[in-house]
Amino acid sequence: MTATGHRSHVTLRVNGEQHRLNLDHRTTLLDALREHLDLTGSKKGCDHGQCGACTVLVDGRRSNACLLLAVAVQGREITTIEGLAAGGALHPMQQAFIDHDGLQCGYCTPGQICSAVAMLDEAARGWPSAVTTDLAATGVTLDPAEIRERMSGNLCRCGAYVNIVTAVSEAAGTRS
Amino acid sequence: MTTIEQVAAGVGTSTTRVEALDKVTGAARYAGEYPLDDLAHGVVVTSTIGRGRVVDVDADAVLALPGVLGVLHHGNALRLADAGDATLLLLQDERVAHHGAVVALVVASSLEGARAGAESLQVTYAEDSHDTQFAAEHPDMFVPDHVNPAFDTETVVGDVDAQVSAADVVVEATYVTPVQQNMAMEPHATTATWQGDDLTVYDSNQGAASVLQALVKLFGLERSQVHVLSEHVGGGFGSKGSARVPVVLASMAARILDRPVRVTLTRQQMFSLVGYRTPTIQDVRLAADSTGQLTAVDHLAYSQTSTVLEFAEQTAVVSRMMYATPALRSRHRLVALDVPTPRWMRAPGEAPGSFALESAMDELAEACGVDPIELRLRNEPSVEPESGMRFSSRNLVACLRQGARSFGWHDRDPAVRRRRDGRWLLGSGVAAATYPARSAPSTAAVTAEPDGGFTVRVTASDIGTGARTALTLVASDALQVPAAQVRVLIGNSDFGQAMIAGGSMGTSSWTWAVVDACRELRSQLVGQVIPPEGITARADTAGQVKAMTKVARHAFGAHFAEVAVDELTGEVRVRRMLGVFAAGRIVNPLTARSQLIGGITMGLSTALFEESLLDHASGDYVNHDLAGYHIATHADVPDIDVSWVDEVDDEVNPAGVKGIGELGIVGVPAAVANAVWHATGVRHRQLPISPDRVIAARE
Repeated sequence: MTATGHRSHVTLRVNGEQHRLNLDHRTTLLDALREHLDLTGSKKGCDHGQCGACTVLVDGRRSNACLLLAVAVQGREITTIEGLAAGGALHPMQQAFIDHDGLQCGYCTPGQICSAVAMLDEAARGWPSAVTTDLAATGVTLDPAEIRERMSGNLCRCGAYVNIVTAVSEAAGTRS
Repeated sequence: MTTIEQVAAGVGTSTTRVEALDKVTGAARYAGEYPLDDLAHGVVVTSTIGRGRVVDVDADAVLALPGVLGVLHHGNALRLADAGDATLLLLQDERVAHHGAVVALVVASSLEGARAGAESLQVTYAEDSHDTQFAAEHPDMFVPDHVNPAFDTETVVGDVDAQVSAADVVVEATYVTPVQQNMAMEPHATTATWQGDDLTVYDSNQGAASVLQALVKLFGLERSQVHVLSEHVGGGFGSKGSARVPVVLASMAARILDRPVRVTLTRQQMFSLVGYRTPTIQDVRLAADSTGQLTAVDHLAYSQTSTVLEFAEQTAVVSRMMYATPALRSRHRLVALDVPTPRWMRAPGEAPGSFALESAMDELAEACGVDPIELRLRNEPSVEPESGMRFSSRNLVACLRQGARSFGWHDRDPAVRRRRDGRWLLGSGVAAATYPARSAPSTAAVTAEPDGGFTVRVTASDIGTGARTALTLVASDALQVPAAQVRVLIGNSDFGQAMIAGGSMGTSSWTWAVVDACRELRSQLVGQVIPPEGITARADTAGQVKAMTKVARHAFGAHFAEVAVDELTGEVRVRRMLGVFAAGRIVNPLTARSQLIGGITMGLSTALFEESLLDHASGDYVNHDLAGYHIATHADVPDIDVSWVDEVDDEVNPAGVKGIGELGIVGVPAAVANAVWHATGVRHRQLPISPDRVIAARE
């Protein structure tokens, strides 16, 4: 990273590709994606980490891209909604959202999907949530209560929550 | 020609959204996401006083910052002509009408530069005292000429006072609803660019034709000079029902700076610049005989507007058409305060009005010792109570009966505080839903392409409703070809005049024009070979809509809620909800179900959480972001079930559809409040039913 004044040359690794950018130090990861790489799938719903529409994966973990400065995520593996469909095939979570109509206006959808993908991984690692009853258990069963709790950082104003929970259950293999 | 069997998989068949793939892959582009060459970014600066005027804008200091291209303010802005909406006359004078009003726009070559410029811009004000105190007894309360959109302010049938005096049972109560904010997930945004004297805007709105009309007037342009493009819109709920701040400022800045400009509101700015639901205070009196037969309905609603534009919510209108009564009075009062201008929010009028009416009906049921469903059945009208017109269709009774069966209502013990689950008190409640089923003039064009496909062009807007898909199904049926052969293009003002996605009139209005155009095309196609440019048929429904017979057209529904209340913490949890609706022909069951569940979800949110709190000292909202203004999250929303009854209504429009965008929310807060009463024995007549209110009511 070379810095000149308030700008730096930054190398971002997004969806498996390296991008060399000259960025303002104030540029968030979200704005770098949207304004500099034309990856507009990550949405800006609040720019304050309050809505989850900008959720992306950073080294596999879900993060609010609006709360990260682009200069601080060099060398990290960033995956956006555009990078989830590997080799042209939809990620099972994307397919589940389509199959269960887990979207309406679509603006929160990329964040919901990225968040859900990372959430399945967290559950597989046995990370408990506020509604997990057995903290000693090695795995977490993603029943609707667990999914709702773990997905509550992603707001949806159209009210697609009911269908999103069904879609996530489907992708998690816990749909009854 | 194709076979009928193929065609049968059209209207009435659950069909995946046409744009679902684009939305789950991030390919769907919204208004603020068009990467034009040389694009500049505009950031809005808003007033920090409650009322007064701008004395000075120190533009020079900001213009000296790196990348800043311009500072627009009332001293250098383009002069705009009145487009019939004073909230759009931005930067035209030094007046500041409320906190959070537009005072400047800083434009820079980068978003960061524009934001830094906007944050550092020094604006000097001359401050006047402001009045933001909404109260029924406000001395400036007045009787508006009409209420939104064009209803009578007052209606009277029979002698309410005489009926109340003679009644066996009288319920009289005041209901209060707070400022509620639309809060679509996509902030209002516009990317504007001029080519000579032609203006193209990528804009987030509920109706490109309506925005075009505003731009034509504001900037003194011909219709052919303006192009409004709105391919995907991230929700609106009324807040994008007409032109808003970004489209005016982006267009103006792009003109002045001679380069494309994007303006996106911040989430915080949406609290004061795009409309919200007015707070209401509602006095309701119901009189009845001892069996619960209504003898009088009296509904007086107070609401607020700004000093910029008069918007009078039609809060009491719902009481004009719900229940049979020999005496019926509905009245509205309004006060203009130094506050942002309230506008439409999902089911304006019906949403707050039904909270009062449907809560009062529950109180009447209690007072008469009658089951609340039975009470509604006893007061079912044969004609529309206030107008005397017959209903084109009214299936509220069927909704109540089907819902009662599915929900298990008949096992309910009517006594309060009877059911417990550990620390939770349990209760259930019911309320009716209704919303007008209107249509407005629209145009559409359908082209038979040489390759055998069909292209429909209509200036519709899909704000998440599934309109694009519904129109595809309707066109497929009207053309009698499989849906796969039909391509529907929307969100482009070049396609002509059309109704907005609002008032639950989008699908009913657009399908009317599309069906007409399709029928015309089919007659033109007989025996024709299709030339390379295709064959196009057009339709304009203005004449037919105007000639509609006078009949009462409404959709109906019934909501059932089960809640759990923890009286120690004051927490209310909705455990399950069911909505049963009668809304004509359901075009796409998949998306209809989603939309109705969405309405119920927003209703649940307004019942329990939503309240924009004004700080009267500053005139600003205290909770003006999504951390402070809580909308329902995943964890707040339980299983919600919806269904509908078969309803055929050939008097609403050719497709037989009634809008469902707003029906779902109406009555939900009352159903929840009635359930909380059943659980606890306490009536909550003020929304939201927040923990502090539950605890205060207990003490």
